[in-house]
Amino acid sequence: MEAVQRPAPESRRKFWTPKRKEALIGWLFLAPEIVGMLLLNVFALGFSLYLSLSNWDLLSGVKGIEFAGFDNYIKMFHDPTIIQAVKNNLIYMVLTVPIPIAIALVLSVLIHNSVFFKSYFKVAFFIPYISSIIAVAAVWSALFHPSLGPINQFLMDLGISNPPKWLVDPKTSLLAISIISSWAGLGYTIIIYMAGLTNISNEIYEAADIDGASAIKKFFAITVPMLRPTTFFLLITMLIGSFKVFDIIAFLTEGGPNNSSTVLVFRIYEEGFKYYNMGYASAISWLLFAIIGLITALTWKMRNEE
Amino acid sequence: MQLLRKNMSKTVITLFMGALSIVFLVPLIWMISAAFKYEKDVMRFPIQWIPEKVNLAYNFKTVWMGKVPFYDFYFNSFKIAIITTLITLIISSMAAYSLTKIRFKGRNLVFMALLSFMIIPDQATLIPRFLLIRWFGLYNTHAAIIFMSMFSIYFTFLLRQFMIGISDEYLEAARIDGAGHLRTFASIMVPLCKPVLATVAIIKFIWTWNDYQNPLIFLLNKDLYTIPLGMTLFRDDYTNNYAIMMTAAVSAIIPLVIVFIVLQKQVINGIALGGVKG
Repeated sequence: MEAVQRPAPESRRKFWTPKRKEALIGWLFLAPEIVGMLLLNVFALGFSLYLSLSNWDLLSGVKGIEFAGFDNYIKMFHDPTIIQAVKNNLIYMVLTVPIPIAIALVLSVLIHNSVFFKSYFKVAFFIPYISSIIAVAAVWSALFHPSLGPINQFLMDLGISNPPKWLVDPKTSLLAISIISSWAGLGYTIIIYMAGLTNISNEIYEAADIDGASAIKKFFAITVPMLRPTTFFLLITMLIGSFKVFDIIAFLTEGGPNNSSTVLVFRIYEEGFKYYNMGYASAISWLLFAIIGLITALTWKMRNEE
Repeated sequence: MQLLRKNMSKTVITLFMGALSIVFLVPLIWMISAAFKYEKDVMRFPIQWIPEKVNLAYNFKTVWMGKVPFYDFYFNSFKIAIITTLITLIISSMAAYSLTKIRFKGRNLVFMALLSFMIIPDQATLIPRFLLIRWFGLYNTHAAIIFMSMFSIYFTFLLRQFMIGISDEYLEAARIDGAGHLRTFASIMVPLCKPVLATVAIIKFIWTWNDYQNPLIFLLNKDLYTIPLGMTLFRDDYTNNYAIMMTAAVSAIIPLVIVFIVLQKQVINGIALGGVKG
């Protein structure tokens, strides 16, 4: 518009063609997002790679960064707490992914097809998911109290004289945490499955009805295969999510007792923000990133082979 | 006859599921019940679901006006969640508008790059994020938490999916009238996107409200704490005082549950949207 009223000098007019102007505006609209992502992902990832090859205690300032080669990585593979953390992450993954997915699948099919007041059930199972995991953890820590807690009082009432000590016992701490996480996350899994169920057309079920198929037969022959994309989505999100677990462990057990519930992210937090071993913490971060990348790749491969 | 039988089985399953949903919610019911009790009654067995003697007023007074500044935590959580949500809405919707309605070279490349960043877990970049915040002089400020959570590729992606479905004709009418992109975006695109923006806003608000990791790492002073981080003070100062701890948990959870029940459609649809597209 401006160019019509007040002709610009030859060179300027040529440069700011409408196409270029449009592109400039396009980039300006995207600028905040791009700057944020470059800083928090690209720069951050690169810098953490550099730090992982260095020794640095933060307090000595940037000048105190010393190149250390692969020392941190070598140290990491011999560090029993890291091996323990990876093991715990794997146990936590097994406990919090397949079992909740199976439970949510059954519940969501029941809610979708065979109940009145459908939206009540959606809300009821979803409430823990939107509640602060920290407040929820506080509630469960009382329920799991080894001697006074309602759970163990109930178990003793049933005649179990020596119930597990849950969060304070190295044998059960990770199990107790997995129970809390699975409980809190179940609503999400149900909601995603219910969205998947609305995409299955009724005609398939009607055809099966004409053939006289039972409810259980329909579940395994129609519902489960038709929900495969949803299951895949949940599997990949929850597998990755299980390696990111931190909040609940930091709040309830701080990795204990005796490192029995420590996980990779908690080790990053400890090394970085308690002991200020920035280099070592960065190396553990890269191990975490590599594991998550590997899981993503494996799950995709699994799906493509099917 | 068949309909009757179908309704019968539906009733049975509804009753069964209803019982199951109550068992599922027992921890939260126990929490609410404990907030009403005297400490000595909290761990009594069998559980008194409806307390004989009510001590709710004292418990609430201790949480809200005691030595832990819970009132500040509430204010801080509100402030951070509202500011973060507003900034996320602006950044993500402008980015989504550019990615769908402005034509320029490299647009798809940017989109692919953004998508690929989604696999980088926040936790893997914790150390450099912490250093960036210190270098920016934002350590121990609310700005640090807002900065850490205001960029969201996930919401940009959701908004982009929605904007693709909005026909260019709506926008072209404005463009012919001489409106620039900024005005077209603000006066036409934003009103058209109201439902999806509301969904994004409520989900972002809940996530920011419940965030624990960022406040834990970036905040030092107690008066800056948010509610989840403030829960650690109850854990440490009121160990074995479960009535107080449950009252704090009730205060942290219930307001959000009420918001959720009122806006359940938006929240549930918003969460489901991410799953279906994935």
